[in-house]
Amino acid sequence: MSNIVVDKSKVPWWVSNVIVPLVNLTLALLVSGLFVFIAGENPIEAVKLIIYGSFGYIQGFAYTLYYTTNFIFTGLAFAVAFHCRLFNIGGEGQAYIGGLGVFLVAINLSFLPVPIVWLLAIFGAFLFGAAWAYIPAYLQSKRGSHVVITTIMFNFIASSLMIFLLVDVIRDTNQMAPHTVKLPEEIWLPSFEAFSGILGVKIRYSPLNLTFLLAIASLFFVWFLVWKTKWGYEMRAVGHNTQAAIYAGISPHKNIIIAMCISGGLAGLLGVNEILGVSHKIQAGFPAGYGFTGIAVALMGRNHPIGILPAAFLFGILYQGGSEVTFEMPNITRYMFVAVQGLIILFSGALENLFRPQIESFFVRRLNREVNA
Amino acid sequence: MEFLSDIASLINSTLRISTPLVFAAMAGIFAERSGVIDFSLEGKMLMAAFVAAVGSYYLGNPWLGLLLAIIVCVCLSMLHGFASVTHKGDQVVSCVAINILIIGLTTALAAAWFGQAGLTPTLNEDQRFLEIHLPFADALRDIPVIGTLYSDILSGHYVFVYLAYLSVPLVFWIVFKTSFGLRLRAVGENPSAVDTAGINVFTMRYKALAINGVLIAFAGAHLSTAVNANFFREMSAGRGYLALAAMIFGKWHPKTALIACLLFGFTDALQIRLQGVELPAIGEIPVQLIQALPYILTVVLLAGFVGKAIAPNAIGQPYIKER
Repeated sequence: MSNIVVDKSKVPWWVSNVIVPLVNLTLALLVSGLFVFIAGENPIEAVKLIIYGSFGYIQGFAYTLYYTTNFIFTGLAFAVAFHCRLFNIGGEGQAYIGGLGVFLVAINLSFLPVPIVWLLAIFGAFLFGAAWAYIPAYLQSKRGSHVVITTIMFNFIASSLMIFLLVDVIRDTNQMAPHTVKLPEEIWLPSFEAFSGILGVKIRYSPLNLTFLLAIASLFFVWFLVWKTKWGYEMRAVGHNTQAAIYAGISPHKNIIIAMCISGGLAGLLGVNEILGVSHKIQAGFPAGYGFTGIAVALMGRNHPIGILPAAFLFGILYQGGSEVTFEMPNITRYMFVAVQGLIILFSGALENLFRPQIESFFVRRLNREVNA
Repeated sequence: MEFLSDIASLINSTLRISTPLVFAAMAGIFAERSGVIDFSLEGKMLMAAFVAAVGSYYLGNPWLGLLLAIIVCVCLSMLHGFASVTHKGDQVVSCVAINILIIGLTTALAAAWFGQAGLTPTLNEDQRFLEIHLPFADALRDIPVIGTLYSDILSGHYVFVYLAYLSVPLVFWIVFKTSFGLRLRAVGENPSAVDTAGINVFTMRYKALAINGVLIAFAGAHLSTAVNANFFREMSAGRGYLALAAMIFGKWHPKTALIACLLFGFTDALQIRLQGVELPAIGEIPVQLIQALPYILTVVLLAGFVGKAIAPNAIGQPYIKER
């Protein structure tokens, strides 16, 4: 299997960056189908429901894009840290704390004019998320504590901290449930309903809001930062070969801290979508696994914004279509889609080289034949 | 006297709570000593809990449930090996994939087979492990000190508790006193030297992962067929990561890892006792803070004391045989 040697320079870019990921994705989805079958439902019917749920009607499609927004943030978060060879699996906790940042800024500064309070709230989300990532980053670079364990622990700690705050400190005292009061309506981010009239369609409610544009802007921001700035170069150098980077005068400590803080900040932006855009209050457990999904999104998108956008969209389809499936099929719960994420991480991350040599050598041979003919 | 029995029950629960951590840390030692990172202890423990609970529910015997759990966990370890040893994929990514896959799969299948809540049915006395009362435990209870030690601390545990503490010297013996252990450690330190000596690096790593799968299965079965009588969603609650932290804190050594596991177990036993208790001068500690204590302790241990933990030299690197 590993005997196949392929001259990497002869492999066309679209084979390694499009064909191979698509093959891996197909494998993951095939195994997912098997699980759906084991759970006692028909996988083909499930696929039909997913497609109908995510594209079949305008409200469903708006939900798909709303989920896409969240996955762009968490996917970018994982990707940025990964370029420095850091496994930030704490997106969940960073998003949770980021939500706290949005809420605190928005509720305390709601007297300010609207675009300013939005900008400050976005900044608050980024800052709080970054701060929550700072401690694991510091411990990784100074004390060698593995960032995977510390970020996971910080997810647990964030969850405890937020429950404590929601129960004892910032709870809406008129309610029993652990959530805060709602933000004043003037500062809510405009949702898709407001624009739907212009597009000639009418929908009752959609969680899709202006944050979607922020997510698109973040894609450009990350692309520029990682590939077009000196800092991005340094960070990738540290990730690629720390020893060589040190000889080149690049500080690993500084780059680890910056990479993790930007990563945490991007995860924190999820709070903008959820709190300023959709629920307008902090509810217990609002990151609901989006942080973990970001890992699958980033690995499927090969850690590049151009790949993350379609990967996030695909997960948007899976989530929105998935909720249609859980509604129609009693044996399928949303956890089935957590398992699907695991499979996608397995096949497009850990097992990405499973069929790569075969596929690449197949295309190289075919192209050679065309040249010779 | 009240005080003494308090201490005894605290030690008793420390021993019980540390049990899955000890199994997981021992499992981790095998994988990591051979040079394979294993963050997937968490997922494997959860899977073992699920399989053991479902297995003993249908087969009516907890030992058969345990056997099934062992088989499934070894398969998961082999999957990790297939991705990260054979195909040289990223070891951490492989672990994260397994963990997320298992969180989803166990709950989804429990919900599909047994109803929406993601619980497995409660096991009756024949289907689960029961506490073992050592001989003469009742007769000796009234003797001061020895009675407390024997009847209240040593007696009355599940079989897994005894097995866990017996596994520690066994693991020590295998890893440090046998030729298999020497090869295992060499593969993790300098695989190319081992290869030169004519030992297959890949086979060694697969063997280490197989033992890892067997050990972690005990941890999961302990959770779902001994201390609890069913499986519930995400019941491993980060124990796999705690065990890994204990192993790193113990410098990949069974004895020191055991001490770290007991420390975690003690913190957890203490947190259960502290809930709702008014402390002098501080007042009542918020329950969320107490619940977060093991996680905070993990971070503190990793950050404060480890300093330069010397990991096996070749850890995390796939071995590439030169052509």
